[in-house]
Amino acid sequence: MIRFESVTKRFRGGGIAVDALDLEAPTGKITVLVGPSGCGKTTSLRMVNRMVEPTSGRIWLDDRDTAKVRPATLRRGIGYVIQQAGLFPHRTVVDNVATVPVLLGLPRRDARRQALDLLERVGLPRELGERYPAQLSGGQQQRVGVARALAADPPVMLMDEPFSAVDPVVRAQLQDEFLRLQGELGKTILFVTHDIDEAIKLGDQVAVLRTGGRLAQVATPAELLSHPADAFVAGFVGRDRGYRALGFAAAGELPLAHEPVVTVGDALAATPPRAVDGWALVVDAERRPLGWLAVGGLGEAQLSGPVVEDLLNLGGTLATESGTLREALDAALSSPSGRGVIVDEDGRFAGTVTASEVLTRIERRASVLRQEAIESAAAEVIALQP
Amino acid sequence: MNLWSYLQQHSGDLAGWTWTTVWLAALPLLVGLAIALPLGWLASRLRWTYPPLVTATGILYTIPSLVLFIVLPGLLGTRILDTVNVAVALTAYTVALLVRIVADGLSSVSTTTLSAASAMGYTARQRLFGVQLPIAVPVIGAGLRVAAVSNVSLVSVASIIGVPQLGRMFIDGSNLSTLGPIVDGLIAFVVLALVFDGLILLGIRTLSPWAKQALA
Ligand SMILES: Nc1ncnc2c1ncn2[C@@H]1O[C@H](COP(=O)(O)OP(=O)(O)OP(=O)(O)O)[C@@H](O)[C@H]1O
Ligand SMILES: [Mg+2]
Repeated sequence: MIRFESVTKRFRGGGIAVDALDLEAPTGKITVLVGPSGCGKTTSLRMVNRMVEPTSGRIWLDDRDTAKVRPATLRRGIGYVIQQAGLFPHRTVVDNVATVPVLLGLPRRDARRQALDLLERVGLPRELGERYPAQLSGGQQQRVGVARALAADPPVMLMDEPFSAVDPVVRAQLQDEFLRLQGELGKTILFVTHDIDEAIKLGDQVAVLRTGGRLAQVATPAELLSHPADAFVAGFVGRDRGYRALGFAAAGELPLAHEPVVTVGDALAATPPRAVDGWALVVDAERRPLGWLAVGGLGEAQLSGPVVEDLLNLGGTLATESGTLREALDAALSSPSGRGVIVDEDGRFAGTVTASEVLTRIERRASVLRQEAIESAAAEVIALQP
Repeated sequence: MNLWSYLQQHSGDLAGWTWTTVWLAALPLLVGLAIALPLGWLASRLRWTYPPLVTATGILYTIPSLVLFIVLPGLLGTRILDTVNVAVALTAYTVALLVRIVADGLSSVSTTTLSAASAMGYTARQRLFGVQLPIAVPVIGAGLRVAAVSNVSLVSVASIIGVPQLGRMFIDGSNLSTLGPIVDGLIAFVVLALVFDGLILLGIRTLSPWAKQALA
């Protein structure tokens, strides 16, 4: 657990960077600090490992007052992933990763062996170990940065915009792997970003800071989207938050429609009876959906030979039965046939839903939430009356 | 007198001359580097010391070498023909050349890298010797190469004040009004400068395999 107790930072000659911050980052969870540029995110992060000393207030790591620990000792026990990776250009990848274990006195050979294992853990081939950072792509460097922070197996990690310097596709990939890794490791993580989408995707808890270093709201991502505390948070969380909030709403049991399927390799001539409104769903031998076949447009002459993957429309996204309303709605909206494909846990075809069926679900859920909101607002008003 | 006969005539002196020339060029280089490192570090560490340090050493570099060779005995209490004068003068030049380069080299290490080192738990000392200095090696090394070549050529000037070393060939050549010894001397100094340069380059490459492309 990391606990900020009324922490303020006033830089000499500057204004207040962080203003009376009270925040607790619970053990084993990801707490994201998000806010506009210059709102004091990095400063807050750096006060935890004393790279910046607070002007007033205390920061606790479990029951240890960080001000009472020697900075170098404190830092060796806290993983830190710096923006732009910040790798040492004069050391090989493996020696970069081995940095903290070596500082802690582990023999270099052992530290290196362990570093190679860590490279695999963050999704890099061991052969990259002998390269220098300048010989890696941006995404690879970020992974090495994460491996380096994990090397001494610290219980606490500080991450300052670790995925900001890469393109959106790589970023999404790094985020997914980071979540998978955290699922295995369960570190206590304080994560800084200025990207609200990243905050919502990664955070167990999200703390929104406003300019001047004041905390605007701390909440779970779902709560942040559905109940922004004020106009600033609402504006920061963004426009399509109503839609994005569906990403936190379990789809529950959707009314799945049965759909005849075509197996890849079947004769094209056999497909028309299995198409609905001109579209047939094609699956592989394991009943995993591959794509849609536009049967309606094909004349008798073209219906020869087998069904091959080249013929398929791959536009539709898949949603899982245990997924969210957002996934289900997206599956329906993106499907060329208008019927969203739902799969089971093993990726096998389970059934289809239409957008209007998903919307009915969404509307039903919203009306429950509205009722709850009315009741809690009423309770608040009653509590405020003398 | 041709190239060869002069060398034969002085074959007994050559080893001694070469040795004197080598250490006159090398020792000031090492001592100068040893002095420039802490001064350069100070200039990079405390910003306000940078202008006075760099200006002072810069002015030192503008003093003509001959003047320095002649003035130093008075300052040091040495005899006018003492080799110590030459060694001290060359050390001064090396320091003059390197202080700014060391300071700039150390400052050129990116703040991201330095922050990363601090965040990993390096003490200030470990960070200087483990991160900052190794990263500055190619820059400082490049400065050292310039200083080495300039030292070698300054040693030849020092022959005018009578220290017996390879520079003697120029004096002899001019006294005898013959080209042979002068060409001999020229070849000797060029070879010496190339050897110094090559050795330092080798040192940089060994210490900084990561900077291969940058040096090519
Ligand atoms: N060393 C410093 N000296 C003076 N002022 C500083 C210093 N470091 C940061 N500040 C100021 O403190 C404020 C907060 O800076 P901080 O780096 O924490 O912002 P941030 O939220 O991380 O921003 P960004 O998203 O741009 O990284 C800024 O106004 C900044 O100018
Ligand atoms: Mg920042």
